[in-house]
Amino acid sequence: MATGIKDTVAILGMGCARFGERWDASAEQLMVEAYTEALADAGIGTPQIEAAWLSVAFDAVNIGPSGIPLATALRLRDIGATKVENYCASGTEAFRGAVYAVAAGAADIALALGVEKLKDTGYAGLPVRSRGTTLDMIGVSGSAPGNFAQLADAYGAVHGVKRPDLKRAMAHVSVKSHANGARNPKAHLRREIDLDTVLNAPIIAEPLGLYDCCGVSDGAACAIVTTPEIARGLGKRELVTVKALQVVSSNGWESQASEWNGSYLHTTRIAATRAYAEAGITKPRNQLGLLEVHDCFSITELVTMEDLHISEVGRGWTDVLDGTFDADGALPCQLDGGLKCFGHPIGASGLRMLYENYLQLLGRAGARQRRGRPSLGLSHNLGGMPTQSVSAVAIIGLR
Amino acid sequence: MAAEAGILAFGAYVPQRRLQRAAISAAHAWFAPGLKGLAHGERAVADWDEDSITMAVEAARDCLTGIDRSTIASLSLASTTLPFADRQNSGIVKEALNLSDTVGVLDVTGSQRAATSALIQALNAAAAAGRPQLCLAADRRNSRAASEAELMQGDAAAAVLVGSGDPVARLLGTHSVTVDFVDHFRAAGEPLDYAWESRWIRDEGHIALVGKALSEGLQRFGVSPGEIHHLVIPLPNRGVAEAIARAAGCRPEAVVDNLAGTVGDSGVAHPLLMLANVLESARPREKLLLVGFGQGCDLLLFETSAAIGRMPRRAPVAQSLARRQPDENYLRFLFHRGLLELERGMRAEAEQKQPGTTLYRHRRAVLGLIGSRDTQTGAVQYPPAELSVHTGEPTAGRHEDYPLADRLGRIVSYTADRLAYSPSPPLYHGVIDFEGGGRLVTEFADPDSESIAVGRTVRMVFRIKGIDELRHFTRYYWKAAPVR
Repeated sequence: MATGIKDTVAILGMGCARFGERWDASAEQLMVEAYTEALADAGIGTPQIEAAWLSVAFDAVNIGPSGIPLATALRLRDIGATKVENYCASGTEAFRGAVYAVAAGAADIALALGVEKLKDTGYAGLPVRSRGTTLDMIGVSGSAPGNFAQLADAYGAVHGVKRPDLKRAMAHVSVKSHANGARNPKAHLRREIDLDTVLNAPIIAEPLGLYDCCGVSDGAACAIVTTPEIARGLGKRELVTVKALQVVSSNGWESQASEWNGSYLHTTRIAATRAYAEAGITKPRNQLGLLEVHDCFSITELVTMEDLHISEVGRGWTDVLDGTFDADGALPCQLDGGLKCFGHPIGASGLRMLYENYLQLLGRAGARQRRGRPSLGLSHNLGGMPTQSVSAVAIIGLR
Repeated sequence: MAAEAGILAFGAYVPQRRLQRAAISAAHAWFAPGLKGLAHGERAVADWDEDSITMAVEAARDCLTGIDRSTIASLSLASTTLPFADRQNSGIVKEALNLSDTVGVLDVTGSQRAATSALIQALNAAAAAGRPQLCLAADRRNSRAASEAELMQGDAAAAVLVGSGDPVARLLGTHSVTVDFVDHFRAAGEPLDYAWESRWIRDEGHIALVGKALSEGLQRFGVSPGEIHHLVIPLPNRGVAEAIARAAGCRPEAVVDNLAGTVGDSGVAHPLLMLANVLESARPREKLLLVGFGQGCDLLLFETSAAIGRMPRRAPVAQSLARRQPDENYLRFLFHRGLLELERGMRAEAEQKQPGTTLYRHRRAVLGLIGSRDTQTGAVQYPPAELSVHTGEPTAGRHEDYPLADRLGRIVSYTADRLAYSPSPPLYHGVIDFEGGGRLVTEFADPDSESIAVGRTVRMVFRIKGIDELRHFTRYYWKAAPVR
């Protein structure tokens, strides 16, 4: 078993564009917006960047193939720019590329940037796309909410939770994220909502209503990483380092083997276990200071609390209702509003989560700053659908 | 004509949705008030994902209940509403039924009596070759809004397995007459029929032409009209079959139910559907005369045998008729038939292009729903793959084909998806586990909010998955339907 990369890579700077329906901005402009902030935060210039990774999920409606659009938009200086795509977990995948390059000693300073320009597609929700010529013949043509909605009744059936109780817990997830998002100037949705609004919203995919679904946004987020030594050399006194970075992809077991019960994310459970081992975390619920999880839908966030081994299996819904993950709870989740309200520009989301944890760890989160500054933050970036997913868990913390 | 050839088995399929004729008539009251005279009963309506191929598959599966499919020598599909003008439609049915590649297939079309003509050919062949031939007939009728046809027609399929073993009904003789009587026509490539006046069709076509053929046929068979127990005349107009029977000297009670009130005239399928309906309750040693009408007519005289009393009692038509969902949504019917353009949203624009290479490579998994089973552990997986999902080991050498289409399943998870595009929203989809192993991420057919729930039982049905509207290619696959 490899020993991992704990503390071998530091975040030198981060940036994040304002998310939302950015009718004013192209993907290229969003990239520059996030990059400019990150570059200033890092205190370096473009020539110091030696390698770059770009995450985009829907290339056809974005910036086209390859890493060239990144190199062109940022005027990178004759370095390798690589595009990665791993469904909605693409952002953390780009981060992994940059982090591993530094950890391996292949680059001193590397860049990860995620972007998505969804509001040029004409769709409400995510655009329809092919899953390949073979799967298109036998796969379902369901939507993302349809795929994730299935967690709810399966969870209810497995754990004996009645639908109204589960709906109430799911609604609590969304109400909490809206309250948080309202305090985030870069968030897409900045309006507080109440429980009844969530419960009475039109159904998108049973049992998910409109407010159980995250926003579909334009946006970009960016990280510049280096070694702790170089970071200190550049004058950084307080260092945020990568404690763990794990990615797990489905191999068909959930959708083909009749063993998974449909009520949780298998890949998240494995990725979390490995990340805690890599970071040396034994009691995540006590040791972690904040969570940014992939709350594409309220039910996803709810089961993720169990899949990250924070709530007992079958008790996530009561922890949610008890306020454990509220802004003033024991372990706040989505202090920035999450996908739900910060928004979900697919390729950027994993990096946006890291951005929030980075700000919170450094005490730079403004009105939404967590009291008693946390020292470890976890981000969970999920792609695909429960039957076929990719989970990325990143833990960053103060050195 | 060898005397021992006959009907070995029969089956039927009537789609569940039954559009109330009163609802159709009410919608047209302002425009065609005369239609009110036809506003009795209901007509069967294929769902958006059903066509002549999928309905034929269901009728065939019903017919082949308990029958070894490896015995079948050939398959024919009769219809004038086949989705492909040049791609063997019956070949798709063959794949769905997982029949051997050595089975011969034939599309029979061009006339409302295509099914009876095909049946005559199959009986002749069965008499000569002795191996069972599967005769299928299906029609998903198309008609103009506010036409009489719209009210009188219906969608259905039927299947008859013929051979020379121990038939439930023995063929006694056939008689065919061909006359270019143009009661209606549909030019090649056109979607809808053009019909002549119904009174002329009734008097000169139905009563005169069929009546004459009937008399000639009976004489040729050496059978007196009074000996006919069941007179199967698939003509929808009220009183016409009775008039023909009366003129020919047949007993009035021999005229069988034309299913006009419950199904509607299912076109090419109708003679076989009515035949199946009669055979369900027929007793041994009864003479049955089957008529097919269209540019002349076919007559087939059968006599039920002792075998019909011995066979397990099945009632495919009665069961199909009982599985009904009354429907008053005429607008949905128009939309599904392409007669009403709705704003479908961008999701309906998704690319549906089917690479021929991929379909051919995976045809048995896609069209036949064939998975694979580990011969040592019994583990089942779908789709078949080079490496086992259970062990990661190569499957070659220790995996065998494992057909899943006829296995029941249990719902693991599901949703009613209102965001995804479906011509019949919401789109129900989810995960099912098959009895005996195997899992499938699937769409649901004929769903409703009561019957789709975690733990409920489903059966697989062959349906349209999508239609490439740019290239007019229909894509087929299997869906899970609730067992009600």
